[in-house]
Amino acid sequence: MRNYIIKRILISILILFSVTFIIYAILRCLPASYVETMAMQLSTAPGAKPYDEWIAQLNASYGLDKGIIAGYFVWLGDFAAGKFGDSWKFTVPVIEKFHDVIWLSFVMGAIAFILQLIIAIPLGIIAATKQYSKADYAITAGALIGISLPPFFFATLLKLVFAVKLQWFDVSGLVGRNFAQLNSWEQFMDKAHHLVLPIAALVITSIGALMRYTRTNMLEVLNADYIRTARAKGLSENKVIYKHAFRNTLIPLVTIIGGSLPGLFTGAQITETLFSIPGIGWTAYQAMIIGDIPFTMFYMTLIAVLTLASNLLTDILYAVVDPRVRIA
Amino acid sequence: MAKNKPEGYLTAKESRKISKENRRITNQFEKARKRKNVPESEYLTTMHDENNAVEFDNLHTYFFTDAGTVKSVDGVTFEVPIGKTVGVVGESGCGKSVTSLSLMQLIQRPQGQIVEGEIRLNLGDGKAYNITKTPNEKMMNLRGNYVSMIFQEPMTSLNPVFRIGEQLDEVISLHNGEGKSKEDIKKNTIQLLEMVGIANSEGVYRMYPHELSGGMRQRVMIAMALACSPKIIVADEPTTALDVTIQAQILDLLRTLKEKINSSIMLITHDLGVIAEMADYVVVMYAGRVVEKGTVHDIFSNPSHPYTIGLMASKPVVGKDVDRLYSIPGKVPNPINMPNYCYYKDRCEMCVSGCEGAYPEEISLSETHKVSCYRFYDGKGEK
Repeated sequence: MRNYIIKRILISILILFSVTFIIYAILRCLPASYVETMAMQLSTAPGAKPYDEWIAQLNASYGLDKGIIAGYFVWLGDFAAGKFGDSWKFTVPVIEKFHDVIWLSFVMGAIAFILQLIIAIPLGIIAATKQYSKADYAITAGALIGISLPPFFFATLLKLVFAVKLQWFDVSGLVGRNFAQLNSWEQFMDKAHHLVLPIAALVITSIGALMRYTRTNMLEVLNADYIRTARAKGLSENKVIYKHAFRNTLIPLVTIIGGSLPGLFTGAQITETLFSIPGIGWTAYQAMIIGDIPFTMFYMTLIAVLTLASNLLTDILYAVVDPRVRIA
Repeated sequence: MAKNKPEGYLTAKESRKISKENRRITNQFEKARKRKNVPESEYLTTMHDENNAVEFDNLHTYFFTDAGTVKSVDGVTFEVPIGKTVGVVGESGCGKSVTSLSLMQLIQRPQGQIVEGEIRLNLGDGKAYNITKTPNEKMMNLRGNYVSMIFQEPMTSLNPVFRIGEQLDEVISLHNGEGKSKEDIKKNTIQLLEMVGIANSEGVYRMYPHELSGGMRQRVMIAMALACSPKIIVADEPTTALDVTIQAQILDLLRTLKEKINSSIMLITHDLGVIAEMADYVVVMYAGRVVEKGTVHDIFSNPSHPYTIGLMASKPVVGKDVDRLYSIPGKVPNPINMPNYCYYKDRCEMCVSGCEGAYPEEISLSETHKVSCYRFYDGKGEK
C-alpha cells in the first residue's frame, strides 16, 4: 500500500506540472490583460507617457516581458519556493486574500455538502426499496427537477420568492444593513440568516444527481444473490437493507463523494456571485475577469492539487469499504 | 400497420391493460400480506401426514409481468418426508427454483405471488404452518432456522464486504444466540467450518469471500445453511457451478451432514446422476407442473412419462457407445400462453389419441409412482 501511494503521488506531481503549464499558457493568452487595461488608464491621465511606453514599463515590472515558457518557469520557481506573489487586483499578498475569503466558502460548502448527503442518500434508499411506488415516483420527479434546474436560474427563483415576494431574506450580500451595531452573537446569526438561500440553492440543485446515483446502485445491490442469502438467513428487512445492502452501495458512492471534496475549497462561483457572497468563488471570479494572473494561478493550482489529492483519497477509501481492492 | 405480428407482440393499449390489471391483482395480495398482527389461526394448519416435513399442495406461483402472467408453478403437489431426500428435476425454467423459493417465501414481490395452494411446514408436536399465509415476521424466524437454503451460485451468494466469520456468526446469533457470548458464537462458527471440511477454519473465519475458491465458498454456504440444524434444507443446484471432483465432495458432505442432524433435503438439480446418487424420491417437473413422481427406484427403473424417458435418454451412460447424445426435440412452450392440452404434447414422440384432450390428471401406477400422461389411462384416454 505504501509503495502504491508513493507511486500515485509521483504521478500526481507530473500531472500537476502539465496542468499548471496549460493554465498559465491560457491565462497569458486571455484577451483580458490586466497590464493593457492599466496602461490604457494611465496613458489617458493628463501629461502622461504614451500608451506604448507605459505598457513596456508595466510588462517589465509585472514580469510579462518574457515569453510564455520562460514566464511559466519563473512562476514555477517562485511557486516551488513558496512565493505566491501579490494579487494584482487586490494589491495584497495572494495568500492573505485567500485566507480572508476561503473560510466563508468552506463553511458554506461544508454545510451544503453535509445536508446533501443526509438528504440524498436516505431518499435514494427509500426510492430503491420502494421501487415504482408513489414515493419512488415523487422522489425521482423531485430529483429530476433539481438536476434540470440550472443553479443561476434556481437561485434567482429563490430570490424572487423568498426575498422579493415574502421578504424573509435579503436579496444578496453576507451581512445586513445594521451589521455594525450588532453584538457578536447577533452578527453570527445575521450571517447565518444571509447564508440560508445560497445554501438552499446549492443543496437543491446538487441533491438530484447523488440521489439518482444512490437509487441505481441500491437497486443493483438489492438484486444481488447475497441479498437473497441475507434474507434466507432470516434477517429482518431493515438489517438486510441497512447492513448488507448499504455497505455495498457505499462502494461507488465513495467515488462521487470523494470527487466533490475539492469543491469545498474552491467555492461555488455562480451561487456566490449571484448572492454577492464574498467567498473564494466570487473573489476568484473577480480576479479572473480582470486578468489577475498571480491570484488565478494560485486558485487554479489549488483546485488541481485538491482534485489530485481527492482522487488519491478516493482510491484509499475504496480499499476501506471494499475488501476486494485492498492491496497487500 | 403491422399485420405479421411476431409472437408475444403487444400493442401499447394491450400492454397498458395488462399492467393495470397486474397492479390491481398484486396490490390485493400485497395488502393481505402487509396486515399487522395476523392471528396465528389463519396460518396454523395440520399436516396431512405427520411423517412429512413439507407438503406442497396444489401450489400456484405466478409472476405478473408486463408481457402477461407467467404461471411459473401451476399446481404442484408433492411432499418431502422427514429424514429423506427428494430430488426435483426438470430443465431450466420449469419452475424448480420458484417452487423452492415459494417455500422460503423469497419470491420477488410484488410481481411474484403465490396465488393458490398451500405449503405445509411441519414444526413438530402436531403443529404446522401454512407458509403461503405466514406473515413476514413469523417467516423470519423460520428462515435459516427451520428451513434453510443453499443457492446455486456460491461465487456471488456471499456478501463481498463482510468476513466469513461475521456472516456465519450472524445466523447463529439471530436464531440460536440467546445467552451466548461472542466467543461462544465464534467457537460455534469455527466448529461449523470444521464440520464442512474446511481445514484452516480459524484462518477462513477472518477471510473475505473473494479470498476463497468456489468449492470453499459453497462449503461456507452449506455451513451457513446448517448453522441452526434446520428441519429442511433446500439445495438449489448446489453443485452446478463447481467442477466434478468438488461436486462429489460437496454431495458426500451434504449427505453425511443430513444424517448427522436428521433433516430432510429438497435437492433441485438437472443432473440425473446427482439424483440417482442422493435422492430417495424424485419429482419430475415440466413447465410448472409435476409430470411424474415416485421413489428413485420407480423413476429410474420404470420411467413412464415421455419427458422422463427423454431425460433418461439424453444422459450419457458409461459403457454405451453413441455418436450423439439424444436431445428432446422442440422447446418448452411460451410460459405466458400455455396451451390447454398436455404441455408436452408438441414435443412428445409417443402421443396417443387422448392427448388432444385437456391436461391429463395424475394417475397412480403404483402406491408411490404417479404420472400425468394419457398413455396410462384405460382405453388410452378416450373417455
